[in-house]
Amino acid sequence: MTKHKKNKIKIEEQPESRRSFLNKVWIGPGTLAGIEVLGISINFLLHSSGKEKDIASYVVAGNVDDFKPNSVTPFRSGRFYISRLSDGGFLAMSLKCTHLGCSVGWNESENKFVCPCHSSSFEINGNVTSAPAPRALDLLPLIIENGIVKVNARAPIKRQRFSNSQVTYLES
Amino acid sequence: MIPERALKFSVTWGLGGMAALLFVVQALTGILLRFVYQPFPGKAYDSIVYLKNEIFFGDLIRNVHHWSGTFLVLIVFLHLLRVYFTGAYHGKRQFNWVLGVFLLLLVVFSNFTGYLLPWDQLAYWAITVSTSMLSYIPFIGDSLVEMVRGGPEVGTSTLLIFYNFHTGILPLLIVGLMSFHFWRVRKAGGVAIAESESGEDNKIVTTIPNLVLREFVVALILIAVILVFAILFDAPLMNKANPAFSPNPAKAPWYFEGVQELMLHFHPLFAAIIIPLMVITILIFLPYFKYDSKISGVWFLSDKGKQTSKISALIGLIITPPLILFDEYFMDVSTNFNSLPPAISNGLIPFLITLILLTGFYQFTKRKFETNKEETIQALFVLVLVIFIVLTLISIIFRGEGMALMLPWI
Repeated sequence: MTKHKKNKIKIEEQPESRRSFLNKVWIGPGTLAGIEVLGISINFLLHSSGKEKDIASYVVAGNVDDFKPNSVTPFRSGRFYISRLSDGGFLAMSLKCTHLGCSVGWNESENKFVCPCHSSSFEINGNVTSAPAPRALDLLPLIIENGIVKVNARAPIKRQRFSNSQVTYLES
Repeated sequence: MIPERALKFSVTWGLGGMAALLFVVQALTGILLRFVYQPFPGKAYDSIVYLKNEIFFGDLIRNVHHWSGTFLVLIVFLHLLRVYFTGAYHGKRQFNWVLGVFLLLLVVFSNFTGYLLPWDQLAYWAITVSTSMLSYIPFIGDSLVEMVRGGPEVGTSTLLIFYNFHTGILPLLIVGLMSFHFWRVRKAGGVAIAESESGEDNKIVTTIPNLVLREFVVALILIAVILVFAILFDAPLMNKANPAFSPNPAKAPWYFEGVQELMLHFHPLFAAIIIPLMVITILIFLPYFKYDSKISGVWFLSDKGKQTSKISALIGLIITPPLILFDEYFMDVSTNFNSLPPAISNGLIPFLITLILLTGFYQFTKRKFETNKEETIQALFVLVLVIFIVLTLISIIFRGEGMALMLPWI
């Protein structure tokens, strides 16, 4: 068997004919053309989905006085909540559950966010109080200008848990 | 020309033929639906309402497409089980098994991409939940989710991508693979049948009319069953998708509910990524293990195979519900092992325990029943299969609001 195979290989190892040389020459441009087609296709796919550019765009959420301390205000169309903590600080949080992306609801009587999908729950500051959610609700950039609260709903920031540095306070 | 014994219904249950028929039904009803459906978030739902209310028998066509899609997933899965349990994956059939597994995956993806198209609350949140599972893949998860959705959230791009896959790419791939699959069956000499001891059994008959007639009867019955389902049970259509409100409970499509149930007990990295990938990989390589006997055409290999399969099924049936109840009510991993990251305390550790238990089961079966390798693997296969089915059924039937366990009749 092995001897037979060796013979075969020897036959193929004949000196190069013009035909086999030309065949090899084609491989170069052929590969190049293939890469070009692939590159154009991938580029097409990457840009075809009409991605909206995430320009930092702050939307007005309301006057500072509209938010009472220790309260949560939902902004359903912007898909976020504004929590005003008991010390008067502001937090804007995405309503997307960090487990699988369902929209969490604010349960007024129990003072917590509850996810309808797998019943994860979160404190008013976004910290997880019961699993399966792996981390606190995503933070959204919030600024206060001349007593008006503005939120950038397009730039969620991931965080493990709540810390005081995330809170925006009134400058007084 | 085919052997007469291959015609016996219990050799194949006609499942492969049924799957092929259902694919044709899907293609035909799908083409019709495409003339009405508009793949844009603002229009998709309304186009389906229009279809239901204004078009003569539009509702029926949609229902047939829905039920035939549901049956297709089920029947392709049963077909896989039939092929496995008759050992029809040795020798020339090895590679065809692999093609079959890929066809199953394509069928599931077809159903999954179609699930989003009605753009109702059911569709929107099922796809949101299911695609979010990908985000638990380390390093590339988040960008993968964005790629699948065409953006950070399920939206216009997602619908277009899913529509394109559902009505273009996936059907084409299925047609291609299906032809290959059929051709390999022919190359293997038809369906797998047991070797007969006496030569008298090996009567050869013509394909027309013997096989064709039988396939035709099965096809007619199946079409009748689907029509009955389509007339009696409407394909679901909830309210129009609303990204701000998740319905409670938000469940994945039914064939992913086993995975969703698993996610309540394991960290998502293991429940949604590692375990399913492991199962699929093992499934693909199943024909390539070194087997002792390579019996094919005999259900469950042997009498011992039948016995061990029954015992495995029973074990799976008995242990799964108590384990779920135990985990639901008595285990609170997040408080028990607070010092460890959840991917380890709620993922790696229970995963390793499960693997050890399964290995133990394998060794136990081998020692206790003196099974050969094929029979032992079969027993393990049955166990995992039954656990998967129980998980799926529990999630479909016994999971209510907030995915808490409940009794559906109360």
